[in-house]
Amino acid sequence: MTAHGLRSLGLALAVGAMSWLAPSAPARGQALVADLSNHLVAITTGFTGADILLFGAVEGPGDVVVTVRGPARDEVVRRKIHVAGLWINGAEVRFRGVPVFYALFASRPVADIVTDEIADIHQIGAENLNLRSDSPRSQEEIDTFRDALIRVKEREGLYMPETGRLSFLGRRLFRANLTFPGNVPTGSYTVEVLLIRDGAVVSAQTTPLYISQAGISADVYEFAHRQAALYGLLAIIVAVGSGWIAGAVFRKV
Amino acid sequence: MQLYLPIAEMSVDVFVLFLLGGGIGFLSGLFGVGGGFLLTPLLIFVGVPPAVAVATQANQVIAASVSGAISHWRRGNVDIRMGLVLLAGGFVGSSLGVVLYTVLRAVGQLDLVIALSYVFFLGTVGGLMLLESMRVILRKMHANGSSSRRKLHVHTWIHGLPLKMRFRTSKLYISAIVPFAIGAAVGVLAAILGTGGGFLMLPAMIYLLGMPTVLAVGTSLFQIVFVAANVTLLQSIHNQTVDVFLAFVLIVGGVIGAPLGSRLAGRLPGEQLRALLALIVFGVSLKLLVDLVRTPADLYLLLPQVAQ
Repeated sequence: MTAHGLRSLGLALAVGAMSWLAPSAPARGQALVADLSNHLVAITTGFTGADILLFGAVEGPGDVVVTVRGPARDEVVRRKIHVAGLWINGAEVRFRGVPVFYALFASRPVADIVTDEIADIHQIGAENLNLRSDSPRSQEEIDTFRDALIRVKEREGLYMPETGRLSFLGRRLFRANLTFPGNVPTGSYTVEVLLIRDGAVVSAQTTPLYISQAGISADVYEFAHRQAALYGLLAIIVAVGSGWIAGAVFRKV
Repeated sequence: MQLYLPIAEMSVDVFVLFLLGGGIGFLSGLFGVGGGFLLTPLLIFVGVPPAVAVATQANQVIAASVSGAISHWRRGNVDIRMGLVLLAGGFVGSSLGVVLYTVLRAVGQLDLVIALSYVFFLGTVGGLMLLESMRVILRKMHANGSSSRRKLHVHTWIHGLPLKMRFRTSKLYISAIVPFAIGAAVGVLAAILGTGGGFLMLPAMIYLLGMPTVLAVGTSLFQIVFVAANVTLLQSIHNQTVDVFLAFVLIVGGVIGAPLGSRLAGRLPGEQLRALLALIVFGVSLKLLVDLVRTPADLYLLLPQVAQ
């Protein structure tokens, strides 16, 4: 059997496994297929973070780039100014459409794979995120605030400062380990997988990922939001009760 | 062991929280302050969002103060009458404070006002208490303790006010307006700063009303229970920022620490107790001042997400 034959067999097996795990992904005529080991991250009381396996197969040569973006929201960045010896809040810039989480994975350093234009279109790298601001300030100044926003997010552990590793097993199969920290925000995430050949995107696939609270955590969250007054009263009762019991216990000891 | 907090939406180490709660509970039992002014910054330091930290510490303060108040009450250290008058003022004051809070937030410098208020009040209170304790301790060392006994009655303009009330437990006969006003003033600040206000209430009771330290501690704890309960309820309703999981771990630590603290409070002489509290209060204010003056590592920061 030729090397080519072996490769085809490998691909067939991989695609077979893929179609079993993700029946919706078409198996034929697609240059790229990818899926996640799990589409739902359930946050329970013992949650300390989660690892999700992203795997897939490509047809033909090329590099694979994966971006993981959390739900978008508004963020306000403030700059401290020095007034009368004190550091107080000065100028502020509001950004719209800021993903709460961002991670990037690539099979090779991104700079070697994509042009700036492609990186910009597909939001490859946190610096290329499509953050909008209607601030009247100069573009230069807005960019400084933008860099600061990304810096803070990296410090919070919600934007990955380094490109994650995406490894190929043979020439067709690839995998990457998506890691989410214990403070990962809940919501609907987007995992975008791109196959890039000669600087152009030849195939793309977007997979959703849901991160939500489950079990007791979810119940508590629901309760706090749906019946806020009752929740507050119960919180008080629990606190008074615990204090009372402790007082009684310590009198005996 | 890690625990996921459903409202703070983050995973934390239970042991760290437990120790935090225990330490604050101990101080609360020892001094009769709720400890919120220490707990809130510590929780934020651990990574809890500020809004959740402010609201949840109130819930923990209830438990710590209840067990502290009970053990003080058993020793006859609570002046219920005085507590109720302070409380009446406190409710009026905290309602005004909530309005002021909203105004300041609209102006956009709420955190500066909070930081400066902390520095000013903690610094003044801590500094004055420290000076006073030093003087008392020094005098005692020189005069062998005979002259350190406090005068039972010093007549000032305060005693000319109408609506006089007799506070038997505290052995005071003063106008009800004074404790009511103190309660109201502390209430305003407590609402803005997001604490029970014990660190302000206590010195006011000792120095303005002339209550004995031990009675002031017990009575302060008694009224803090109600103030903190009020804050817990209002925060739950308006912001949904009370995290019961976080509160519970802190409470378990707190109810163990508080009785230990109040037991020690009975053994330590009053002036040493005051000197110790003064040192802590003064230290916190210095730390906050340094944070305001020192050039921050990153000049840019994200505005904390406000609920809704």
